[in-house]
Formats: sequence, C-alpha cells, structure tokens
Amino acid sequence: MKTFIAKRLLSSLATLLVLSIIIFALVRASGNPAELLYEYPGAREEDIARQAAAWGLDQSWPEQYVSFVWNIARFDYGQSFQYGTSVRSLYFDRLPNSLLLAFWAFLISMAIGIPLGIMSAVKVDSLWDSVGKTFALLGLSVPSFFVALLLVLLFGVKLEWLPFLGKAEGFFDWQHLILPSLSLGWFFSGAMLRLTRSSMLEVLGSEYIKLCRLKGLPEKVVIVKHALKNSFIPVLTLAAVNLVVMINVAVVVEVVFSWPGIGRLLYDGLINRDFPLVQGVVVMAGVMIVGTNFIVDVLYGYLDPRIRLTR
Amino acid sequence: MVTATKTLLKVTDLYAQFTGFGGTRVVRAIDGINFTLDQGETMGLVGESGCGKTTTCHAIFRLLPPAGDIVSGSIEFDGQDLMQLSDSEMRSIRGRDMGMILQDPMASLDPLFTIMDQVAEPAHHHRGVRGGSLRERVVELLRSVRIPSPEIRMREFPHQMSGGMRQRIVGAISLSGGPKLIVADEPTTNLDVTIQLQYLNLLRDLQQETGVSLVFVTHNLGIVAKMCDKVAVMYAGKIVEQGSVRNIYNNPRHPYTQALIQSIPRLGNKDPLYVIPGQPPNLAELPTGCAFHPRCPFATEKCINEEPPYVSFGDGQESKCWLSVEEAKNG
Ligand SMILES: Nc1ncnc2c1ncn2[C@@H]1O[C@H](COP(=O)(O)OP(=O)(O)OP(=O)(O)O)[C@@H](O)[C@H]1O
Ligand SMILES: [Mg+2]
Repeated sequence: MKTFIAKRLLSSLATLLVLSIIIFALVRASGNPAELLYEYPGAREEDIARQAAAWGLDQSWPEQYVSFVWNIARFDYGQSFQYGTSVRSLYFDRLPNSLLLAFWAFLISMAIGIPLGIMSAVKVDSLWDSVGKTFALLGLSVPSFFVALLLVLLFGVKLEWLPFLGKAEGFFDWQHLILPSLSLGWFFSGAMLRLTRSSMLEVLGSEYIKLCRLKGLPEKVVIVKHALKNSFIPVLTLAAVNLVVMINVAVVVEVVFSWPGIGRLLYDGLINRDFPLVQGVVVMAGVMIVGTNFIVDVLYGYLDPRIRLTR
Repeated sequence: MVTATKTLLKVTDLYAQFTGFGGTRVVRAIDGINFTLDQGETMGLVGESGCGKTTTCHAIFRLLPPAGDIVSGSIEFDGQDLMQLSDSEMRSIRGRDMGMILQDPMASLDPLFTIMDQVAEPAHHHRGVRGGSLRERVVELLRSVRIPSPEIRMREFPHQMSGGMRQRIVGAISLSGGPKLIVADEPTTNLDVTIQLQYLNLLRDLQQETGVSLVFVTHNLGIVAKMCDKVAVMYAGKIVEQGSVRNIYNNPRHPYTQALIQSIPRLGNKDPLYVIPGQPPNLAELPTGCAFHPRCPFATEKCINEEPPYVSFGDGQESKCWLSVEEAKNG
C-alpha cells in the first residue's frame, strides 16, 4: 500500500506539471494583456511596456514559467492583473459559493442519473429504457446555457416564482440556488445516466450474474448485492471528476445566473487576459482532480478486493 | 448402477427458439427433443458447436437468454412439470433442487465477494442455513471439492484462486442447495488437460457420494465414455441418437454418431484425424429432410426430401435415421 501511495503521488505530480505547462502556454497564446490598455484613449507604447514589465511579462517564457511553478510550490498564485489582489484570496473567497452550487448540482445529477440508469439497464428495451435514453441524450446534447435560459424564462420571468440573478446572503438561500443547480446538474445527470446504464448492462450480461440467477437468488439480491456493487466502480470515478468540474469550471451557468463562483472568476480572467487568475484557477482544479482521483482509488480498494489485495 | 431407479427428469417434445432482428429471424435452437434421466444417472450430451447443448441446459432451468423462449413441451422434474410453475416457484427450485456448472470458471464467480459468501448463498436462501452452521456447511462443501485448508481459503476472493480451484468452487456452489440434479455445461473445456482429469474424477466421486443425477455437456466423446451411463447425441437442435454408452460406442446406428466416434483421437494411431466433412448447418436455415444429409456419406434421395422418424430398438437405443428405419424393418 505504501509503494502504491508513493507511485500515485509521483504520477500525480507529473500530471500537474504537464497541466501547468499547457495552461501556461495557452493563456499566453491569447495575447499580451497589457495591450488591452490600447482601449484607453491616449495609451502610449511606453505605457504598455511599463505595464507589461510591472506584470513580469518582459521576462522570457522560461523565466516566467520557472517563477510560476516556484510560486505554485509555495501555494502562491501571484497577483491578479485586473483586481490587484492575490489570486489565492480571490479563489478562496469564491470557493464557498461554488461549493454550495456544485454540491446541489452534484446531488441532482446523482439523484436523476443513477436511479434512471439502473432502471433503464434492468428493464432494458422497455418504456423505462426509452425514457432513460431520451433523458441522457437531452442532458448531453442540449447545452446547459440553453437549459439555463429556459429555466430563467419559465420560472423567473414568466411565472416569477424564483429569483434568477446573483446570490443572497446566508448559506441556506435555496431560492437563488434552485435554478442554477438544476441547470448545472442537468448536464451531468445525462452523463451519469449513460455510464450507469452501460456499466450495469455489462455486469448484467456477465457469467457471474448468470450463475447468480441459476442459483435461484431473488432478483433483488442479484441486482442490489451483485450487479450494483460491480457496476459502481466506473460510476464512482466519473462522479468524482464531475464534482471537481462543477466546482471549478461551471462557467456558463455561473455567468448566466451571475453566480459569484469560481466559474465566473475564470470567465473574467479569460476575457481580461488575467494570466495569474486563469492559471491559478486551472491549477487548483487540477490539484482537486488529482486529489479526488487519489481518494477514489483508495475507495476502490474498499470496493474491489482485486485492487485492495494486490497492492 | 443404483438399484431402485426412479425417473428424475423427463423432457418431452421440447422446442425452444431465439428470435432476432425484430422477429424476422428465428433460430430453432431446440427442435423437439425427448429424453429421461433417472436418479443418480449421468447423461452425456454431445454434439458440435452450436447444436443447442447450452440452450438445452438453460431450458431445464427455464432461464434462457433474453431473446430466447421455450415454445412448447414439458419438463417433468421430480414429479412436477416445470413449465406449469410460476416464476417464483421456479426460482425456488433453481439452486435448491438443481445446480449448474458453467463453462468459464474465470468468469462465473463474482469478483467482489468472498468464496464463503458465494458458496453459502444457495444454502442460505433456499435451505435457511444461518450463522455457524452455514459456515460449517461451506467448509464441508469446499472440503468435498478438495479445496485445501477451506477455513482459510473461504475468506479469500476469486482472483486469488487458480482456474481449476475456481471451477471446483463453482462445483461446490452447485451442491450448496443440496440438489437432485446437476447440469454441467462443458465444465472442463477451459481447464488444462491434467486439471481436466482431476475435475472429472472429482465430479464422478461427488456424484457417487451424493447420488445426484448429472447432465454432462461436452463435445468430447472420450470424456463421455469415462463419465456417463448414457449419452444423447445432438445435431442441429435435435437428438439424433441416444442410448447407453456401451451401445452407442459399440454399435452406433446414426451416421453422425459413427463419424463422431471415428473422429476421437486414439493413442498410438498416427493416421491423420478423421474430420467430419462440411459445416454444421445454420439453425436459421435448416436443410430439407434430414438435417445431416448434406454431410452424410449414406444420404439418399429420401433423406433429402423426408425427415426420418425416431426408431427405438429393443436395447433402449433410439436413432433418427432412415437407415435405422430399414434396420428395424428387416429385424
Ligand atoms: N442469445 C442468443 N441469441 C440468439 N441466438 C442464440 C443465442 N444463444 C444461442 N443462440 C443460437 O442457438 C444455437 C444453439 O446455441 P447453443 O449455445 O445452445 O449451442 P451449443 O451446442 O452449446 O454450442 P457450443 O458447443 O459452442 O457451446 C446456436 O445456433 C446459436 O447461434
Ligand atoms: Mg455451449
């Protein structure tokens, strides 16, 4: 188990390093942020250069990259170009809002995706299955901004049941939460449903499930005890990754609903070429994905003796 | 070999089919078969790949794959017709009164549960065995299939067992409910040769100890000679010949059986192996008349046009061939 953890840590670090290179290069491909100053009347070439130097952009790329990585290693993501404050504090200010939204969206996606996926696999080619497949298709192919706008139009504008902009004070502000978490959860429920269904179908077609039935076990035991447990391993991975994505890159939904979360922060960073902000958010997302994958791997051990006992 | 013989299983005019492509394609996998099996008896079911052996096994359990259906016929088991039972009555018979051993030992065990758990299930669900006596029962079952130190091994998981051990564990599972019948569908095909022999000996010993009846599916007639009291030869969903092992070997009446016996490899014989010419037929498009006629060296005009009836001989042998009709007529 110890060597397993060590190996995992090492490969996690490698993953993060690759991610840092990619995001470093990508943000710089968007252009020089100082040039945005040209939008101000009277901005001169030397003003631009001075600003670029102040942001450290006059150094060569390798130099910039080294200082970027060195800072990350000390959990310092630098100062945001546009806000002038530290990226870390910006991130952690927004994090609770994103966690709240992601938590509910995650619950919604699981509550819809997993039971429907199971039903449509167990009753394959029945009405349930058609409902499930249609739902999954809609979830995956209708963009979440479209769903978000529909929800806003229906519940916010037409029926005036729910507020749809921003977030009120107080943690249990369910009214502002409903529409954004539905729009966000909607998209992910389609993926959860599809994966649960296909994973469940594969298990149900296996020889050991056939033997369970030949043993005369009650259908409930066959499905709940044997089939569910076996089909959960891939579902667990997807769920974990989904959660991290919902926390960090729920850009569309947060922008539509003006939700003060990390997705909006990322959006602001992107359109303003705020390199440290974008880099910081993406690296944090990477750290979270790597971290949850690690936790999921340990959980697998509990679920699957083949993993637990061979490490 | 058992003195008081009582019929345990009687299959009469059984038809089963698979329907595919929206009902446009029908595969008649079992096409009117009849056989009986006495208590304590072993019947071999042989035939080439795709002739319907596995389907027959599953039909006895009334558990065909989703596309499959039993069309008609009766399966009398232990005094009741299984076709008349409700689903839940049928479920309580599976695993309790009949056990199955599948072909692939690597895939037949659930990877996430201990051996103990899986061997215990039939005894637990069907016989209400619980707690300490359940554990004892599992140990006893594992010991009977020669798993060394069963108290320790039963806490392990399938991936920690070799293929041979897994198949023995599947054997223990089939015995767990205390069945009267075990159906073994090519149980040794995926084991290597030395393990095969061990497994066959084990099955035979178990059968003698417990007195269960055994339906043993194989496409190896050599194994049948070792294991079985009688044998049914299947071709294209039909039983073309059946009888005692001795009679079938010494006096095969159907040309297909003759060809099968000819193709058994023999020790010391360096001649090239005899191979039955041609392919087994496609069950969705059977030849006219006798399904075997395109491959039969004795085929006549009559064989092409008319399907032969079953002919029974005094010694209990039964054959479905025009030659046998002639033979019976001429005495
Ligand atoms: N699930 C299924 N759907 C459609 N057709 C099937 C299905 N299972 C079997 N069949 C068809 O039924 C026929 C009999 O198959 P079965 O598996 O009983 O043969 P078998 O004698 O056991 O062959 P093998 O020696 O290869 O195991 C075959 O022609 C096969 O194509
Ligand atoms: Mg088969």
